Amino acid sequence: MEPPDPPTITPASTPALEMRGITKRYPGVLANDAIDLEVRPGEIHALLGENGAGKSTLMNILYGLAVPDDGQILLDGTPVEMRSPAEAIAYGISMVHQHFMLVPVLSVADNILLGDEPVAGLFFLDRRRAHARLRELAGGFGWDLDLDAPVGSLSVGWQQRVEILKALYRNASILVLDEPTAVLTPQETQEIFAVLRRLTGEGYSVIFISHKLYEVLEIADRITVIRRGRVVGQRVPAETDEDDLAELMVGREVQLTVDRGESHPGAPALVVESLRAADDRGHEVVHEVSFEVRAGEIFGIAGVAGNGQDELVEALAGLRAPTAGRVRLEGRDVTGHSARDLHQRNVAYVPADRHRFGLVLSYPLTDNLVLTDYYHAPFARGIVRDDGAITRHAATAIERFDVRTPSTTAIAATLSGGNQQKVVVARELDRELRLLILDQPTRGLDVGSIEFIHRQAIAKRDAGTAILLVSAELDEILELSDRIGVMYRGRLVAIVDGPSASREEIGLLMATGGREVTPTGSASPVA
Amino acid sequence: MTLKRAVRLLSIPVLAIFLALVVGAVLMILSSPLINGLDPGLPLSAYAALVSGAFGSPDALVQTVVSATPLILAGLAVGIGFKAGLFNIGGQGQFLVGAVAAAAVGAAVSTAGGVVAIPLALLAGVVAGAAYGFIPGFLKAYTGAHEVVTTIMLNYVAIQMVGYLITGPLRAQGATFARSPSVGNAALPVLFGSNGHLGVLFAVIAVPIAWWLLFRTTIGFEVRTVGASPDAARYAGMRPRLVMMLTLAVGGLLAGLAGAGEILGISGYMPAGYSTNVGFDGITVALLGRANPIGILLSGLLLGAMRAGSNLMQIQAGVPVQVIDVLQGVILFFLAAELLVRRIFRIRAARVQVDELQTVTRSYSSQTPK
Repeated sequence: MEPPDPPTITPASTPALEMRGITKRYPGVLANDAIDLEVRPGEIHALLGENGAGKSTLMNILYGLAVPDDGQILLDGTPVEMRSPAEAIAYGISMVHQHFMLVPVLSVADNILLGDEPVAGLFFLDRRRAHARLRELAGGFGWDLDLDAPVGSLSVGWQQRVEILKALYRNASILVLDEPTAVLTPQETQEIFAVLRRLTGEGYSVIFISHKLYEVLEIADRITVIRRGRVVGQRVPAETDEDDLAELMVGREVQLTVDRGESHPGAPALVVESLRAADDRGHEVVHEVSFEVRAGEIFGIAGVAGNGQDELVEALAGLRAPTAGRVRLEGRDVTGHSARDLHQRNVAYVPADRHRFGLVLSYPLTDNLVLTDYYHAPFARGIVRDDGAITRHAATAIERFDVRTPSTTAIAATLSGGNQQKVVVARELDRELRLLILDQPTRGLDVGSIEFIHRQAIAKRDAGTAILLVSAELDEILELSDRIGVMYRGRLVAIVDGPSASREEIGLLMATGGREVTPTGSASPVA
Repeated sequence: MTLKRAVRLLSIPVLAIFLALVVGAVLMILSSPLINGLDPGLPLSAYAALVSGAFGSPDALVQTVVSATPLILAGLAVGIGFKAGLFNIGGQGQFLVGAVAAAAVGAAVSTAGGVVAIPLALLAGVVAGAAYGFIPGFLKAYTGAHEVVTTIMLNYVAIQMVGYLITGPLRAQGATFARSPSVGNAALPVLFGSNGHLGVLFAVIAVPIAWWLLFRTTIGFEVRTVGASPDAARYAGMRPRLVMMLTLAVGGLLAGLAGAGEILGISGYMPAGYSTNVGFDGITVALLGRANPIGILLSGLLLGAMRAGSNLMQIQAGVPVQVIDVLQGVILFFLAAELLVRRIFRIRAARVQVDELQTVTRSYSSQTPK
């Protein structure tokens, strides 16, 4: 069955969307500098750029959330003005945000109708008519979607489809997808790509925002690269490669995969035995997890976010008391030891949420750089802080870890994400370590910062530190890990060799827990 | 501190005071027909009398400082709470508990030498205040009970408890009205003027100590970190629960000291229905002083001056002293409605703002600290 109301296909010569000379100034920043963007009907157009390059500003302008200082927007050749998202929607533009704008407790249908409720009579919801249309739309994709299921019960991949359905229900002809694959497994990514191809085949246009180069190369028809508010190049996938795109994006040559070299693992530094941990509501979400990390190796834990990794890491970092099991650090039992105690035993922890845990955003860099070491010499004598030592430390750390900041006393919140993470890394890595826990160390960072942080991790590994790397970013796991464990529903379902692991193999384990492989669903973890 | 930063910090409090004075002036003009005919010049003469009553003579200056003393201490009690992300509304109860403890112990040791009696009575006030402040801290740390709710309730408990004690077990024999016995030798010596008692020095000393502790020690760093981000504090190996309990106890200590100072330094005994708003005024002082000890010193002095000068304002200009309450209320209003002040004067907000106002407005659904 065809989805109804496919947009009328205009002659290929007329772009579905044209943004001409879009310029937007914010105090102190030229966020968009005369940007031209042209999206043809039935095209997947990728918008590529680092964080802060101006992609979001451009899309906010398209979606009526920001008013450009200069420039023009044309739809099917006709100049239009977007003064609000409501107008943008009326013009057939729809945005699927990276963080879905869905209400978890409402049903699929209600989420889609929210904001555009079909009314019968004066104010009665006409659910029946709407449901019929939604079933038709979903059926067109062959989706077996329960319209009455609460959205919160759906997997992330299906939630994304609900977002797309919402856009189609509102008669969108241009879909903007902001980092749509960031939260998906490789299989889910392929499924969503199939959906996008189908949509463009029917004449819809898609703007695909991403920083994953190989995905852009796979899915896009054309690629526009933005750097510092300007369009720095346009490519078609056939005539470019990842290195070329990365260089355009960053403005210099970037090594996409760090040369990880040979690892020389030594004795086990961290041994975890049958560890159990519960979440804040008291439900056990880490079940009998056992593994070890040897000195000088990187042990990666892959898994879709929310499979118990957070609790596992917190239990190992002294922020959550395990309910059972043992944790040994170089032979000593450190189960349930405090974060302070572990820190003193040369364990470092780079938390996933740098805004909530890793930094105090309202503090200057000086204080943030001693956040875990503020209480002892040379930063304090007794209870008296030594501001001189703290400032000198900050100056050295900023220099060594190349933190781009106007001064040592800059407030952390004013730095870019990459520089914020460098502050955390500088603080945690700038000493001798036995164990380093990296939790999503590059989430939301630009290519340049990712490269830097990966290099630091490799350097620590080569210095003999045991590294536990937890990431929902499969590429990161594959790139750095010597061995890989896969978490699925609170269990470590498999441990495989890193260099020989394939994306598909790990992806399948992440998505299914390897039930196809081991019917019990709880493959015995390798010691 | 750079000049720019100083201007930014001071701009909102100064403008709030200015707006309050304007509102006060309008009120005076509107109500002047009730006194002796419409008088557009009334605010001017009233404010002139207020200033002269607060600063016009050595005695006036002493009165200003004496009035400011409990305000500064109560302001610090609230202010250090703000630094730890806690809204201590219990200053009033802690003040009363400190006052009644000092009155009771002071009366018990009233015949001993001052060298013994004064420290004992002060210690009683301070310990009682600290213990009373510890209760909401403990409840917050171990049950998650929000300190705003518990401190407000404990204020009522304190009021009833004081009433019972003064009309019952602590009632002075032979007094014409219900009050505690005189503290006798435990009374604080007068150091200057007619009533510039020793307690004034407590406030003078407490301010730099509080500043030093907050900004120059690891303890203050922990307090500020817990206030700015409890999660980051936990990550950093700090103990937010302990910090919160200690901060509220120290707040109670300061409020209790204020109460003890008022009893031992001014009245010499505690009357039933001891009416004061010092504990609540401390909230205004702390907000006006932006939770900074030096700011609290300045704002405490300002409100103290307004209290001290209000009598002369009533005598000379016929404006009732209650106008001061109105002014104080309007100042608080404009501080809380900072956005309104920014609109009126077209001031842009700083990019990063984590301050005491966020503590006041922070969601009540926040999780129990770990």
